[in-house]
Amino acid sequence: MPVENPRILTKNYDTPNSWTIAAYEASGGYQALRKAIAMGPAAIREEVKAANLRGRGGAGFAAGVKWSFLKTRTDMPSYIAVNADEGEPGTFKDRTLMEKDPHRCVEGFIIAAYALDVHTVYCYVRGELVLSIKRLEQAVREARAKGYLGDRVLDQDFKLDIVVHSGAGAYICGEETSLLNSLEGLRGEPRLKPPFPAVVGAFGAPTIVNNLETLATVPTIVEMGGDAFSKLSRLHHIKDGGVRLYGVSGHVNRPGVYEAPVGITLRELIDDLGGGVRTGHTIKAVIPGGSSTPVLRESDTVHAPDEKHPLHAWHGKSHLDVPMGVDTMRGLGTMLGTCCAIVMDDTTSMVRAAENLMVFYAHESCGQCTPCREGCAWMAKLCHKFADGTATQVDLDTLTDVANNIMGNTICALGDGAAMPMLGILKLFRNEFEAAIGKPAPHLGVRAA
Amino acid sequence: MAFELTPERLAIFEELLPKYPTKQALTIPLLHICQEQQGHITDEVIGYVAKKLSLSTADVKGVVTFYTLFQQKPVGRNVVWVCRTLSCELMGARDITRSLEKKLGCHVGETSADGEFTLLEAECLAACGGGPMIQLNDEYFENLTPEKLDAIIEGARRKKDGRCAVTFSPIGIRARKEL
Ligand SMILES: Cc1cc2nc3c(=O)[nH]c(=O)nc-3n(C[C@H](O)[C@H](O)[C@H](O)COP(=O)(O)O)c2cc1C
Ligand code: SF4
Ligand code: FES
Repeated sequence: MPVENPRILTKNYDTPNSWTIAAYEASGGYQALRKAIAMGPAAIREEVKAANLRGRGGAGFAAGVKWSFLKTRTDMPSYIAVNADEGEPGTFKDRTLMEKDPHRCVEGFIIAAYALDVHTVYCYVRGELVLSIKRLEQAVREARAKGYLGDRVLDQDFKLDIVVHSGAGAYICGEETSLLNSLEGLRGEPRLKPPFPAVVGAFGAPTIVNNLETLATVPTIVEMGGDAFSKLSRLHHIKDGGVRLYGVSGHVNRPGVYEAPVGITLRELIDDLGGGVRTGHTIKAVIPGGSSTPVLRESDTVHAPDEKHPLHAWHGKSHLDVPMGVDTMRGLGTMLGTCCAIVMDDTTSMVRAAENLMVFYAHESCGQCTPCREGCAWMAKLCHKFADGTATQVDLDTLTDVANNIMGNTICALGDGAAMPMLGILKLFRNEFEAAIGKPAPHLGVRAA
Repeated sequence: MAFELTPERLAIFEELLPKYPTKQALTIPLLHICQEQQGHITDEVIGYVAKKLSLSTADVKGVVTFYTLFQQKPVGRNVVWVCRTLSCELMGARDITRSLEKKLGCHVGETSADGEFTLLEAECLAACGGGPMIQLNDEYFENLTPEKLDAIIEGARRKKDGRCAVTFSPIGIRARKEL
């Protein structure tokens, strides 16, 4: 089946000056907001539930369900904190929305705020993304001038401001409670949960934290209706609805961000959208959705002979031929994550790939929990030893032990997000680590002769 | 010497202030604005921010040391960040770093002798499809080759219009003026 090309989220990407309000309105922008106001908050929330919109930030939690958890209080306001910290290695989709269609983001924030009776939206953007911040700020100014924001949004008894807040370079601030601390002006150290942000979030007030793409999808849901949106997905039947942005990077001919229905396969992402693995090579490994998601191989097949198994329909097929959904990827022992795949061809040393990622996690651990702080540094150090050929057999066992000891023993998911890909690589490519004992591994990015 | 924001920058701070329920929330925005003016975060800047927001200098210093975008020592007129993370390394980031070191005559973490460039490594900059890539001050350059780098570096060297690290900040005058 050829990959459908819906062009909903990316509808305006190729329009000249797509980031201006004139261009956005010319393509029907802000009509969804008018419709949303006519529907009223409760009806919007129902449509978002019916849309089966799974969070686009990594965990894949249903947005409509999350919204229902907001614990509104009479003694303080509620907030929406938009997560535009885009820092998960391999992930580069939210940036395209902010740079090319910031008004779609703003319209999504306004509809969400209206649906949740929120009067201030903080959009936390990673500080490096200067162009994204400029474009969002300009969009907010333009929207305010047009009456889409301010004391009376579209002449309704509804007041709203959007504040674009810049981060300052820290991957951990993408974790939702770290983001809230950072927004409050603190070091970006994650908080213990519970309480969850929907109960105690920004400035002690109930807060919904959603990924930027999650909210940028809301105008379309209002426009089409939740059920119709959900049915654009190939996985509508398992409550994973709509269309989303996919990314593909690494060893493919056409790396980039593409829009497609939920539930295309990794092979379609790589071959049909990404133009195939680079010419003359074969796929060795694919990280399906950002660096924290364990790696998959083409040669592994689904084993689900039991008819009740959620992956039974794909029994016997390659892992790359399973649809990319939140639950299907979990069924394969990995995660859909941010839906941005990293493709590695047959020239890639998996020892070096692991080394690269463990250096990342060691640098980005916030240091609060000993297993994560010490464990990530230790994994990086051991990977260095394998990479430069000085590791021993004992180091291989230690590496596995260290990773296992992080799992489940930390405040936030960064620790597991480092240990899982390490264990995944060790499981599928143990032979490369064994071969690296006493022999340096080839560097990445250098083509084999 | 005591640090003071220029009136134009102070106005940005004052515009942001009522948008947050606490003064402390302004810590990162105000540090960005100060860094745009000063080039890096000095003890005087920390003192100024603490006073403006009624915080202790330890609170502010704790924030400064947590975030990589806050420079704790002087940097060159331009700052080059090379992405070293997986997608970029797969596509040749190591070669880019090596040729930058050669071109600038300094290692990662150092500033060139003429004070023009500080070379730093960055973690994934959300441009993975365009790897290998660098961020030069506030601009991204993607799909690089060592040859393409030459033109970019020479271009930055010649430019004297203030497109430099001292005026690089996601919040600040430059970000507001240029669109
Ligand atoms: C270490 C870490 C980093 C994260 N980084 C991001 C990020 O950059 N952007 C994002 O949207 N979510 C990120 N998340 C997920 C958020 O914690 C949160 O689940 C998400 O923003 C919720 O939005 P959603 O439900 O709309 O997906 C990260 C989580 C962890 C543990
Ligand atoms: S798991 Fe790591 S990043 Fe998360 S809170 Fe603990 S030390 Fe910090
Ligand atoms: S890995 Fe370099 S930008 Fe993402």
